[in-house]
Amino acid sequence: MTAPLLSIRDLVVQYRPSGRPPIRAVAGVSLEVRAGEVVGLVGESGCGKSTLARAVCGLTAPTAGEITFDGTPVQPLRTRRRDPALTRIQMVFQDPYGSLNPRRRVGAQITDGLRAAAQRGDASTPDLPDSPEHFLTRVGLTAAAAQRHPHEFSGGQRQRVAIARALAARPRLLVGDEPISALDASAQAQVATLMRALAVESGAGLLFISHDLSVVRLIADRIAVMYLGRIVETGLTAEVWDNPRHPYTQALLAAIPHADGAGRLPAELPGDVPDPAAPPSGCRFHPRCPKVFDGCDREDPQLTPDGVACRLYAP
Amino acid sequence: MNALDIRSLMIDLPAPAGRTPILRGVDLALQPGRIHGLAGESGSGKTMTGLAVLGLLPSGAHTGGRITLGDTDLLALTPGRLNAIRGRQVGMVFQDPSSSLHPMLSVGRQLTDHLRHHLHLDRKAARTRAADLLAQVRIPNPEEALDRYPHQFSGGMRQRIAIAIAVACEPRVLIADEPTTALDVTVQAGVLRLLRRLCDDLGLAILLITHDLGVMSALADQVSVMRDGLVVETGTRARVLTDPQHPYTRSLLDALPGNARPADPPAPATGPGEAAPGDRDEPTRSTP
Repeated sequence: MTAPLLSIRDLVVQYRPSGRPPIRAVAGVSLEVRAGEVVGLVGESGCGKSTLARAVCGLTAPTAGEITFDGTPVQPLRTRRRDPALTRIQMVFQDPYGSLNPRRRVGAQITDGLRAAAQRGDASTPDLPDSPEHFLTRVGLTAAAAQRHPHEFSGGQRQRVAIARALAARPRLLVGDEPISALDASAQAQVATLMRALAVESGAGLLFISHDLSVVRLIADRIAVMYLGRIVETGLTAEVWDNPRHPYTQALLAAIPHADGAGRLPAELPGDVPDPAAPPSGCRFHPRCPKVFDGCDREDPQLTPDGVACRLYAP
Repeated sequence: MNALDIRSLMIDLPAPAGRTPILRGVDLALQPGRIHGLAGESGSGKTMTGLAVLGLLPSGAHTGGRITLGDTDLLALTPGRLNAIRGRQVGMVFQDPSSSLHPMLSVGRQLTDHLRHHLHLDRKAARTRAADLLAQVRIPNPEEALDRYPHQFSGGMRQRIAIAIAVACEPRVLIADEPTTALDVTVQAGVLRLLRRLCDDLGLAILLITHDLGVMSALADQVSVMRDGLVVETGTRARVLTDPQHPYTRSLLDALPGNARPADPPAPATGPGEAAPGDRDEPTRSTP
């Protein structure tokens, strides 16, 4: 078994809004991503999955716990130039309208990524030539696109440009924070499978964050389901999809409407995600859990070695 | 008898060189107590179709064709006459409840405004009716909720409030433009159930505009698929989603996760215009 590329241990990230109690967005998460592996992280809005992604990239400082990438701890990004070794982590953000500079040509923005790789001493090789055009063709755009500005592209194409820029830095770990949710439904599956193909092809790991389980299922080797700052279930994609164990995972799957023409209304999970500043006692899911039983409001279940945090499966 | 009849609706907008056609002859018929789904990608004109019914088109838009509600042609009305219908006989729910609700007015104020205007209710009667409406869309403690502000509710609750506002005056037609796109899948399920219930209970005719064929399949009775300003296919939900006649509908269904061919290699370099659906090489129009 190879050492994991990214290793997150008991990560806690807390925000301190002024005049209000601190919000624990990530409340003790451990997760690993190996080289060449695609891990999908799913959960509702407000469950802390984006905060986790930002911490992995050093954009948000952890309160406790540690994140190591390739053996070195990830330092939060400050005003000083980032350690070149950490430019091997690249992120694709949710909104390609915001993550690309509207005033610079696409080619120049991809060259930024190339420069990051060059500074690290990753010279170009014959099969990885050093040109923005090469990366544009790899994401399915034309080489001529390098001369154009972001506004000349549709949303799906812009996200491809953002992926090309991330890939140009030769990442060993690619982090996608909801990279497909701003896209048309018909482009979502395409862009997701493209990200997977390119990451796996270059031997990089991919941490793919999305609220859309039906897309994550397509591309992830492993799925981790997050609820209110904790991972409640993790496992191989096919196992989680075919046989979800945690009641929350079951509810998430049951809520997905299927385009089968049958007119079935999806099952509803009553209630809202509780305020992360005041999480429920015991199991964080118990107020909404359809299978709640005596003791769930007192005992906080931990993630078991076989990947589920629920008292129904207590050893 | 159709609740709303759209016949060869055409819209064009001013462009730097001449005019850009947005809709090129759209036909739709909405029946009371039925949900008519309108599918298509961004830029296909589905939102414009909804906005045209409410007379909310961008300035400079030219229209052609007819939109008949009962025996009134909505396109031929003066702004004053249209105001009497908008919110009264035709309601609308927008995609993002955090921008469609006024952040600085209480929920009660936003719910009673048009009740008082259209139905001439007094303050007290309007408030009672508003609390009933909030209960109808399953907002907990409706009386208390009237005095709260939109930011104090979650996204799903805000969309329920927006729906309550849209159906307050018991309209005949409800236009729902991507009503669940901004919501989580678990919350979406609740809002879909609510729309179905309102449609059945109130005999509403709902025009459901969505790009999500899963939502379409859960809710719509009839489905129309739009592309480039034209309806390319209309039929019952089961027929359109399981046995699509038009190649474009087929390509939309194929693009869904789970239907896509497994292990799709990265698309080869395609020239502009020949890219796959959803990825057309043109500057996207910003929707108003």
